[in-house]
Amino acid sequence: MKMIYLDNAATTQVHQEVADAMQPYFTQTYGNPSSIYHFGQTAQKALEEARAAIAPVIQAQPDELYFTGGGSESDNWAIKGVAYANRNKGNHIITSKIEHHAVLHTCEYLEKNGFKVTYLEVDSEGMVNPKDVQNAITEDTILVTIMMANNEIGTIQPIEEIGQITREKGVLLHTDAVQAFGHIPIDVTAMNIDLLSASAHKIHGPKGVGLLYIRKGIRIDNLIHGGAQEKKKRAGTENVPGIQGFAKASEIAYQNLAAHTEKVMALRDRFIEQIPKVIDHVRLNGHPTNRLPGNVNVSFEFIEGESLLLYLDMEGVAASSGSACTSGALDPSHVLMAIGLPHEIAHGSLRLSLSVYNTEEEVDKTIEALKSVVNRLRQMSPLYNRRK
Amino acid sequence: MYTEQVMDHFKNPRNVGEIENADGVGEVGNAKCGDIMKIYLKIDENDIITDVKFLTFGCGSAIASSSMATVLIKGKHVDEAVSLTNKAVVEALGGLPKVKVHCSVLAEQAVKSALFDYAQKTGKIIKGIEDFKPDEDVHDHDH
Repeated sequence: MKMIYLDNAATTQVHQEVADAMQPYFTQTYGNPSSIYHFGQTAQKALEEARAAIAPVIQAQPDELYFTGGGSESDNWAIKGVAYANRNKGNHIITSKIEHHAVLHTCEYLEKNGFKVTYLEVDSEGMVNPKDVQNAITEDTILVTIMMANNEIGTIQPIEEIGQITREKGVLLHTDAVQAFGHIPIDVTAMNIDLLSASAHKIHGPKGVGLLYIRKGIRIDNLIHGGAQEKKKRAGTENVPGIQGFAKASEIAYQNLAAHTEKVMALRDRFIEQIPKVIDHVRLNGHPTNRLPGNVNVSFEFIEGESLLLYLDMEGVAASSGSACTSGALDPSHVLMAIGLPHEIAHGSLRLSLSVYNTEEEVDKTIEALKSVVNRLRQMSPLYNRRK
Repeated sequence: MYTEQVMDHFKNPRNVGEIENADGVGEVGNAKCGDIMKIYLKIDENDIITDVKFLTFGCGSAIASSSMATVLIKGKHVDEAVSLTNKAVVEALGGLPKVKVHCSVLAEQAVKSALFDYAQKTGKIIKGIEDFKPDEDVHDHDH
């Protein structure tokens, strides 16, 4: 049985062209970019070409991109780096309740170290209200960090409006764009973004490589101390093959953005339209239209997400859930709680995240599988039973 | 993550369903925590459990634990069934991940709750659950 992979928000299949672009940098051009001899300089040149290939995805200048070990490192660096470098200006940070843990746990860490953090509420569709950002800014605010698009429910945030506010108030704006980069148009200048995190493996690139965009002139401390790589801002020998893969994946994403969006969005909407037609007591989580092209998040009442995932796996479908039981935590996902879902509805959530490799046939097969699996679990559920 | 036995009982749960006019019914857990178990018992005049069914809302290990618990008490005398421990359920399942052990506790409590209901209805005394409090939240919050 061929697996139907619907967990592209977790990670993606590496494009063959990406793997091919990386290959020479393992066994042939393996020199250290910091080395003075020609061989090392070839690798250095490749790094700069990669930066130039990636920059258009967010309409940045290549020299504003710094390579990191992934999205979590980029988030940690942006938040801690800005917080400590600007401590003389203030100690207040604003974020939202639905950020990725790479942002939330970093903020919690800073709270333990004397910073104050405001966690903004979101509405029932997962949107941050820009007015709430404006009202939360005080004289002590140094940074606003709001994600571009949510990893669980796919809601796209009004970053451009938030950017106007932060720019007017003279506060820095960081956005975790790990789910958005290469999936929706981003313009760091038009949106007044000062720092942006992205990751390669969400766009069919390799794992273990990401970037932080840092607008020129921003004061930021280093996170990784050591050698003089990345203009002395991020130490450590560059992941040359990974960065080449990131560049190729970015090129493909950028050049095909419209076509890929159209294809993936059609699959997404097929799910969103068809699921409620064949299964009752189901709700869509997240914003109905203002959501990532590849994100579907639904809750099935009366059943629990982990058992749903395990039964789907038996049908050859790989997906994800916000149920507590999938993570070993007591509470369901903080995102589903923040949009106001009751616990029992959040426990029955399912995220299906699509890529260009998915097909209409896979969507239809998954809907069929869902129909039978949800029904089977409901027949077992005392809650469904009680409803009757 | 799960043993073969857990997956077997999850994929092919035994004794799923309800019993009409059951002699004892027990329900434990709550939807907020993500697991509810309901056990139905049919008990004959000799206090032997002749039939048992369950309904469970919960994760894979909750379903497997319920299924295993019903297997372990079916055909048993109520005095034997009441001594079913969560440990016995875990052992029969070949082990549960640490964060899932509460599912087996829930299964034990569901059985006790159903037996308590039977004792209440018949006026019988089953040793071990004289002081059973069916409404007590037995969910183990210490994950």
